[in-house]
Amino acid sequence: MKLFADLLERLAFTPSRLGKLALLRAYFTRAPDPDRGYALAAIAGTLRLPAIRPNMVRALAATRTDPTLFAWSYEFVGDLAETVALLWPGTGSGTLPGLSKLIETLAGAEKSALPAQLATWLDAATIPERYALLKLITSGLRVGVSARLAKTALAELATPKIDPDEIEEIWHALAPPYLSLFAWLEGRAPRPDPGAAPIFRPPMLAHPLTAPDRTTLDLADHQIEWKWDGIRVQLVATPIERRLYSRGSEDISTTFPEILLAMNFHGVLDGELLVIRNGDIAPFGDLQQRLNRRTISARHMTEFPTGIYLYDILFDGRTDLRALPLATRRQHLEAFLSRHPDPRLHLSPLIELTDWPALDALWASSRASNREGLMLKQKSSPYLAGRPKGNWWKWKRDPLTIDAVLMYAERGHGKRGGTYSDYTFGVWSEDGRLVPVGKAYSGYTDKELVILDRFIRTHTLQTFGPVREVEKTLVLEIAFDAAQSSTRHKSGIALRFPRINRLRPDKPASEADRLTTLQALITAEKNR
Amino acid sequence: MARATALAHFRRMVSPIASWLSVRAQGLYCEPADLFIDPVRPVPRAAITHAHADHARPGHQAVLATAETLAIMRVRLGASAGAGQQALAYATPLSLGPVTLTLFPAGHVLGSAQILLQYQGSRALVSGDYKRQPDPTCASFQPVPADVFITEATFGLPVFRHPPAEAEIVRLLASLALFPGRAHLIGCYSLGKCQRLIALLREAGYDAPIYLHGAHASLCALYESLGVGLGDLRPATGAKIPPGAIVLAPPSALADRWSRRLPDPLPCLASGWMRVRARARQSGAELPLIISDHADWDALLATIAEIDAPEVWVTHGREDALIHAITTSGRAARALRLIGYEDDAEDTAPELPAP
Repeated sequence: MKLFADLLERLAFTPSRLGKLALLRAYFTRAPDPDRGYALAAIAGTLRLPAIRPNMVRALAATRTDPTLFAWSYEFVGDLAETVALLWPGTGSGTLPGLSKLIETLAGAEKSALPAQLATWLDAATIPERYALLKLITSGLRVGVSARLAKTALAELATPKIDPDEIEEIWHALAPPYLSLFAWLEGRAPRPDPGAAPIFRPPMLAHPLTAPDRTTLDLADHQIEWKWDGIRVQLVATPIERRLYSRGSEDISTTFPEILLAMNFHGVLDGELLVIRNGDIAPFGDLQQRLNRRTISARHMTEFPTGIYLYDILFDGRTDLRALPLATRRQHLEAFLSRHPDPRLHLSPLIELTDWPALDALWASSRASNREGLMLKQKSSPYLAGRPKGNWWKWKRDPLTIDAVLMYAERGHGKRGGTYSDYTFGVWSEDGRLVPVGKAYSGYTDKELVILDRFIRTHTLQTFGPVREVEKTLVLEIAFDAAQSSTRHKSGIALRFPRINRLRPDKPASEADRLTTLQALITAEKNR
Repeated sequence: MARATALAHFRRMVSPIASWLSVRAQGLYCEPADLFIDPVRPVPRAAITHAHADHARPGHQAVLATAETLAIMRVRLGASAGAGQQALAYATPLSLGPVTLTLFPAGHVLGSAQILLQYQGSRALVSGDYKRQPDPTCASFQPVPADVFITEATFGLPVFRHPPAEAEIVRLLASLALFPGRAHLIGCYSLGKCQRLIALLREAGYDAPIYLHGAHASLCALYESLGVGLGDLRPATGAKIPPGAIVLAPPSALADRWSRRLPDPLPCLASGWMRVRARARQSGAELPLIISDHADWDALLATIAEIDAPEVWVTHGREDALIHAITTSGRAARALRLIGYEDDAEDTAPELPAP
């Protein structure tokens, strides 16, 4: 447990990707089986433990600490697990069982026995171990490491080095504590055989279309489709099991049971998940109502009905089609879908245009039809994992823009560390107040960053920890993909992917946009 | 009327020492000796517990302290270190009129002392800043019986529990092994913390050269001249610093332009505040090291129990929580509202220079 606690402690303060990879590699090398496999599961989010409510932890802490001191401490620290880890009496002289033993005990424990068990462990643990344990059991590690990064670290450990996609390919056939995976990576066993398990295959990705690309690529050699504004999914069905995966290999089957019911086939398909009402595609904001939910109500399923626009096929039955050219795979896909029809499964239609002016006009209409732009795919391209150059192109619609006022700034991390590079901006409400509507930390040029940094240092009104409040005088032109209504934000609005388009020092703050302008953008999308 | 009654009640609770040891604008004042302790403004006669800037201010006429504290004051303050300086060894009573003053080690930094004042049969012990962890660069805290114990409370909140400093040095060395190409730039206060870190590294067997920011060099030289060996020290400015070196600098240099010429620096910060993640994150350190020259919560309570004074006065820091804990344990406690002392002079979060 000490190694795992140390790892979490260091990861929390290491902003750089390379630094995180080095820490993960060192951990996976040093920690024994099966501890490291459970740590991998905890990081990758595949660990299933009986959920322990923060209230239970709070109640347990109350049996061992002074309530006044606890309240003052919690106020100062701002995190329950950390406060309990620090305040629990003693500083850990006992021996805490290893990570695997802890997890196995937890998985088999009666709910009523949990507080007493936890108290015994907290007595034995050091402060960092208590923190790791409490974060683990209250299900919120949040260490700033994605499952993908952990797999990348593992791939670098293998001798000889492998591509993380090779782990991705078998990942979903494996389970904690991943003994066979480590045995393979260390050359002690062959690659685990996924067999008939419904595993995820790394998807093929596209490059953004740039102006020079337009002069070199021949439209006649390309399959043209809409770029759908939903989420990319992979549908995997075997005779025994069905799975729906997100683009990042997350298993989202339980969130979309109606799609699983539609998968009456044996194969692997690539497509876009969308909310579709009476044949009309709804804006992305509607789909968001369905995402990240563990349980789905019948009301949600009727209110936000989903369907899939399919654009590729990877496997027909057990036959791997990925090496075939796209044009051939398309014929397979059409035939496959006619054999396994379902009202929720649609074929992504081909756009038969061969001249740029006509295509430009179609592209310009994409926002109006809730589409994200166009896709241009080389007809001869095989299905390759990752983002191979020169095969697929994405041509995104132009973003929306507003003029907003800079309100707060924070220092960035990594290579932007030390400069004020994270900005909160706002627009004017009806009663003449500035309301924050978003945060941007990209889009600016290096030169603009220097100007912004200087402005912030010389126009600070007050500081709150790392945050500086600045004079509300600088107007920023913010580009964003869409505006959605949101109950989580005070302004009632969430912007998708906001970034700084340019600085508008020429524009007085009073002439920045109003909240009503943004609200109109949401309504406009809804009505389409 | 009610106020006068309350005041009388309060007076009855407080030790008779309050009649001769009290807080004035200049600082804590012992009237029968006509002496201020760590005054924040120039006074005719001052006793100084230790040489940190918020305790040892310039411009006093007569200054009484340990020889080490006086030597550090001369290096830092030059001509304004005090017109008349009187050195006093630990555990050597000195009569100041009717008052007897004795210094005892406080374990905070080199030369740091607790001041015991005896008058009319009562004993007041002024701790100054102190710690209980061992420190190879200074004498260990010595508990002394007293009627009133005046304690600091920099880390007077139960969340502050410092691990052994040796364990933090192990973490630092492990990080060096893991990132051998990165210079580990450690932000630390120039008096005490800097030399303690070096001494701890040497005790752990680290004998490579250690590189110093200019602000740290003079005090390290003074420590060496006072008999605290620190090994191979080199200036960080002007020298070519190898990858994987240890560089010590003031916390303010962490995010400074100064650090950009180091080979891929990994910012570390050695401070008791690093115990709390939000504070550590604000500092920008990638390796927060929980090393402090102040007593942590457990050490504050243990020391108060050990001294066993019937009454405790709490000075600068987070006195509310400490007073709550002391009174809950059945001892009388009150806040001495001294002003002019920083929350913690040793630990300031790095702040970027103005462009």
